[in-house]
Amino acid sequence: MRATRTMVVWCPDWPVVATAAFHRLPVDERIAVTDKGLVFACSAAARADGVRRGLRLREAQARSPRLRDFALDTVQVARAFEPFIAALEEMSPNVQVVQAGSCAVRARGPRRFYGGEHAAALAFLERFAELGVTDARVGVADGLFAADQAARLPGVDLIRIVPEGSSPEFLAPLPLQLLQEEELSLLLWRLGIRTLGEFAALPAADVRARFGEPGARAHARAAGVDPRLVVPRVPPQLRESVIGFEPPLERIDQITFSIRAAAERFVAELTHARLVCTELVVEIGTERGESRERSWLHPRWFSAADVVDRVRWQLQGGSAIESALSAPVTRVRLIAETVDDSAAHETGLWGSGSEERVHHGLSRVQSIVGHEGVLTAAVGGGRSPRERQVLVPWGDRVETRAGRAVSGREGTVPWPGSLPPPLPTTVFELRRPVLLVAARGESVEVDERGELNGEPVRFSETGASQGLRAIEAWAGPWPVVERWWDARASRRLQRVQVVDADGSAWLLALDDGQWWAEARYD
Amino acid sequence: MLEHMFEYVGMTDAALALSSPAPAGEEIRVLQSRIREMQATRLDTRAVATHPALAGLLPGGSLRAGAAYSVTGSTALVMALMAGPSADGVWCGVVGLPDFGVEAAAGFGVDLERLALVPHPGPEWLTVAAAMADVVGVVVTTAPSRVAPSAVARLQARIRQRQATLIVLGDWPQSEAALSVTESRWEGIGAGHGHLSGRHVTVSATARSGSGRPRRARLWLPDGGERVRAMDRFPPHPVLQGVAG
Repeated sequence: MRATRTMVVWCPDWPVVATAAFHRLPVDERIAVTDKGLVFACSAAARADGVRRGLRLREAQARSPRLRDFALDTVQVARAFEPFIAALEEMSPNVQVVQAGSCAVRARGPRRFYGGEHAAALAFLERFAELGVTDARVGVADGLFAADQAARLPGVDLIRIVPEGSSPEFLAPLPLQLLQEEELSLLLWRLGIRTLGEFAALPAADVRARFGEPGARAHARAAGVDPRLVVPRVPPQLRESVIGFEPPLERIDQITFSIRAAAERFVAELTHARLVCTELVVEIGTERGESRERSWLHPRWFSAADVVDRVRWQLQGGSAIESALSAPVTRVRLIAETVDDSAAHETGLWGSGSEERVHHGLSRVQSIVGHEGVLTAAVGGGRSPRERQVLVPWGDRVETRAGRAVSGREGTVPWPGSLPPPLPTTVFELRRPVLLVAARGESVEVDERGELNGEPVRFSETGASQGLRAIEAWAGPWPVVERWWDARASRRLQRVQVVDADGSAWLLALDDGQWWAEARYD
Repeated sequence: MLEHMFEYVGMTDAALALSSPAPAGEEIRVLQSRIREMQATRLDTRAVATHPALAGLLPGGSLRAGAAYSVTGSTALVMALMAGPSADGVWCGVVGLPDFGVEAAAGFGVDLERLALVPHPGPEWLTVAAAMADVVGVVVTTAPSRVAPSAVARLQARIRQRQATLIVLGDWPQSEAALSVTESRWEGIGAGHGHLSGRHVTVSATARSGSGRPRRARLWLPDGGERVRAMDRFPPHPVLQGVAG
């Protein structure tokens, strides 16, 4: 079995380069990227001080006192590599990302296009240099493993080409550790085998019998017959889908009907790539050239029906005035903003938990009353009871000031001026105008000194003087002064609690000469 | 032949019209509702975790899966009923109560992580409540002012089938028990001083089967620590008595 001719482009110390760029540090400083307390990668300057991969951080700091260490952020490192992959994909369509900082290309295409492997490798390096990485290396050999080793071989050559058919000879003198099979290489070392060549010289059947399938695969790699093919990655173009309407459509049901097939295709393509979409961006373009964009989160992942639902909700809009379609829609664009490996989202074999059932049920309710119709609640900060409840549509992230919203009340920071417990059980969505009158029938007011001008005696919850009822007890007033520095948002309230003759208690607020019922304790 | 048929149909119509169907239908409905009232719920109804302070009030000593309860005049009492199942890991759904005080509910022991709210179900009230009953263990709702008996029966059938518990704020024709706050007295507040700190209530519960008198219980709803608690036999603030001599 012949190994595929492969080119590997490798950026040395990629985690360091990416991390340094993120923290805006020059790469020639002493930098170490650490993972779980061990050095994962280090810069050349740090290496000169004796820092090595796998060293404990404390040891590394002892060897290089001016070392700057950063925790490994795999997402960050991978993201920084994205432009390089894209650049490489422009030059050759089938790119496999081996890991962040290294990718493999089948040599056949570029060789024919650039007229030789060396020329192709030069072209790749030039492109990488344009993007800011000057010390990238290219290895060309039969098989992914050999090409990778060729690229990583120490030395000054930026391009190393192992002639066709001579990969076994190239690999033979290299040490066993390159297989990255900890246990196997330790055992082989004890058996007196030091190099890949010596390992490859063992009969394949014996290796398989003794070391099983992983051993056999390692043996094949050492012998230069890497059976792995270059599996190109999913190009990101797959992750969006544009649906154009000609002529432009005016009605929501027409639009949702027309995008159904496209939504199914969109999800099917992702599924085919073994991906699921967890965050979707829907962009709607109208004839007038406006474009409305909104991102939708999903607690699990979007199915085709979910995608159609989101588009419909976006077209319907909230209760905002712009809810009606302002102009015929010419185009709907679906972008999978966040995708995830579908393996992480598989349904369990023996049914899935009740949480999922709840999710399905609530999504159904959402399809009846709209996305904003089904809410989950958290307790946030604020002084008025309404402010303190944070209601978020089912499926969206709870986002509050500094992310302090928690369910339950344990984690909330104290809010001076908020109500003491017990808290009102009925918090009016819209506060209601009420009447609060003193003994002679005049409205109760608060003077400059913060005192009531008379004792409140009667109160009407409807705001009409016919509904006046006696007050049994009252307390207050408590002033609330908020955002006095901001003329528009500032608020000045006087609050009182009153208990009416039925034993119901109310939280009233005097705002600008008018009494309002904010909440009721019932 | 055809002609005969038409004649026949016409005759029955006339006959029905003559025998005035309205009182008969009315009577059947009354009888049906009597039968429903007298029928016990199924024997194997499952008990749902209930707050101990309220357990004594309910028929059977706890909330039941597949049953409906009506609560009049107190959201706090609804929250106290929800607290038991919610602490037991049951999801709660609140439909059609835009003024539901979430923070107070958390104080009563309702887990907000397992609470879903549909404040404005609109004309789809029945569909939403039924869909909610499919997935959550406790559905809290308030019936629209005019609700058709058929809608009541459908929702009731759904919760029985799904083994959910329905708590209705307001009247509900087929409730297992109707709870209401009959007396309420606030503590900690005076004429211009203090603030609300706790409330004594008397809750009375009437079971549907109509057996016996309404049960009553005196509760703190809530007490100073924002919990519901049965009131001790002794008054919480012992009155100092003058000692003779």
